[in-house]
Amino acid sequence: MADTTETPGIAVQSSFAADLLDRFRRSAEYVVIPLLALVFSGILFSIFLLTLGKSPADFFSLVWRGGFGTSFSWQNTLVRSAPFIFTALCVAVPARLGLVIIGGEGALVLGGFAAAAIAIPMVDWAPGFLLLGVMVIAAMLAGGLWIGCVGALRHYRGVNETIASLLMFYIAVSILNFFVEGALRDPSDPNKPSTRPIGSDNMIGAIPGTDVHWGLLTGVVLCGLLYLLMNRTTFGFAAQIAGGNLRAAQAQGLPVGRLVVVSCAIAGACAGLAGFFEVAAIHGKANASLIAGYGFTGILVSFLARHNPLVIIPVAIFLGGIAASGGLIQRRMDLPDATVLVLQGLLFLVILVSETFYGRFAIFRSKGGVL
Amino acid sequence: MSGDAGLMTVLLAMFAGAIRVSTPFLFVSLGEMLTEKSGRINLGLEGTLVFGAMSGYAISYHTGLPWLGVLVAGICGSGFGALHGYLCKLPKVNDIAIGIALMLFGTGLAFFFGKAYIQPSAPRLPSISFGTWSEHPGVRQALEINPLFLLGIALAVFLWWALKNTRYGLTIRTTGDSAPAALALGINVDKVRLLSTMAGGFFAGIGGSFLSLYYPGSWTEGLSSGQGLMAVALVIFARWNPIACFWAALLFGAAGALGPALQSIGISRGYHFFNAAPYILTLLIMIASSSPRRSLKGAPGELSITK
Repeated sequence: MADTTETPGIAVQSSFAADLLDRFRRSAEYVVIPLLALVFSGILFSIFLLTLGKSPADFFSLVWRGGFGTSFSWQNTLVRSAPFIFTALCVAVPARLGLVIIGGEGALVLGGFAAAAIAIPMVDWAPGFLLLGVMVIAAMLAGGLWIGCVGALRHYRGVNETIASLLMFYIAVSILNFFVEGALRDPSDPNKPSTRPIGSDNMIGAIPGTDVHWGLLTGVVLCGLLYLLMNRTTFGFAAQIAGGNLRAAQAQGLPVGRLVVVSCAIAGACAGLAGFFEVAAIHGKANASLIAGYGFTGILVSFLARHNPLVIIPVAIFLGGIAASGGLIQRRMDLPDATVLVLQGLLFLVILVSETFYGRFAIFRSKGGVL
Repeated sequence: MSGDAGLMTVLLAMFAGAIRVSTPFLFVSLGEMLTEKSGRINLGLEGTLVFGAMSGYAISYHTGLPWLGVLVAGICGSGFGALHGYLCKLPKVNDIAIGIALMLFGTGLAFFFGKAYIQPSAPRLPSISFGTWSEHPGVRQALEINPLFLLGIALAVFLWWALKNTRYGLTIRTTGDSAPAALALGINVDKVRLLSTMAGGFFAGIGGSFLSLYYPGSWTEGLSSGQGLMAVALVIFARWNPIACFWAALLFGAAGALGPALQSIGISRGYHFFNAAPYILTLLIMIASSSPRRSLKGAPGELSITK
């Protein structure tokens, strides 16, 4: 600072450069700490494998090969990451308001069920695009209402949203089972209780040239849109204020209740879409396969991405890759399929603990002062 | 006549179910209650419960001593509790999120190490017959009571007394109600919370071992139906009172037994909704008892979910 006061011309320039450097320093923190956390959880997991007498090098090379090594494994990874993107959004959007919603799986299940249920009476006469359009709307409505209810309960009754959303997951599962094993059961399928199929002609195909269905692209676009909504609109700004300081938001006259309910409804609609794609692109009908834990992996994805919709995309693909390599690891290394769960849990813990290091390292701090 | 008999069967089955199913609820909710009394919430008890079930079963299988399995399950549980308690004292680390992560981690570890124990059968916990006086086989069966159930009742009474009347109880309650006040009294807040979370994990581990060693009585990956998570709601319902935890656990046990009981007399319509009864009940209770304007009555002041 001392030398800049002498020559004003240089002062402007160097302060501009210093400003840029400062910005870089501060944003570098958000890249370096998560990467260090990733490396650290990799080390912890390697120690875990070594104590079991397995080779970490084998493990990570198999993850690479099974998840990202070939174009086939890439496609497998992308197919698996599509539901993670949607369910992660179900966590990320309410998180902006300081809400922790962990029942996205319930909205996924109901969304998938609603899509299949509404398709059944239409299957015989409706053209494919109409059928799919109605299914999308039904899935988003079902999911949106489900999590929207959680938001309403939170705001108007003070019911804790984390626990309420989780309880509602169990209720959603019983609704699915009730109809799938009862009124809507397809009598021609003796094996697994399911609804009637929507017909292979009506199912969503793959993106041309790949085996990846359109859900992935939809998810990517949705991430972009929600990023814009949360970061570039008054709605997102108001949500951020309400999440930061509820009293201040109320004092400003922000419609906190509406913000909470609408955010939760958007979140639920995202998870409902995941259910729609599971039905319309993967299973072709609704059954218990919808309950595959995608909602719970979505929580991990969102926390890893620090609830940033744009970061959700690479993180979902990363975790999709790990999930895709699960089978290969099971066969080649004789490890149980829960290995992936252990790795996910470890990653989750380390990432959460890494929160404590933000603002602790002088190297990321701007030289100028407090900011 | 037959209607009466059917009703009797259902009531008896619910009574038996309440006693059988409630034990894990009781232990997990007492553990959660103790942790929450110190001002933290541990959502990871679900993972602790599942890991306790696996470790208890494994130890019982290898040593032939089911009670040793119960003890080891408790010790493993307090290990998870220690991890939670230690990590949450770091600044900016959220106890709810750590709980969710530990749920995933504990379940993952349990499934990982438990693969080998799905097939073999391990010695189970014995039960005490209180029903020898009765001719009725249903009554006899209902009164086959596991010692852990009685232990749970004793624990609930003990915790109720200790929290109210002992120095340790006062320390825990002060820490949970106001960390600054506890600090001013020279209490080491982090240590109290660490120990409370460890004790809570110990109880949850025992609750898990009951699942694998008594009822349903074998280790499978779908063993827990979310008891560890429902315990969180149950504690709210019980207003952080150990004795009320016991009644709430019985109620949840009975609600859980409603579906199978109705099915046994031929009412299978709506079976899945009766299975969901405990969750619906919890949700309704939370809706009825929460309020947006004040924190819950009886809630520890430092608790993040009620703020």
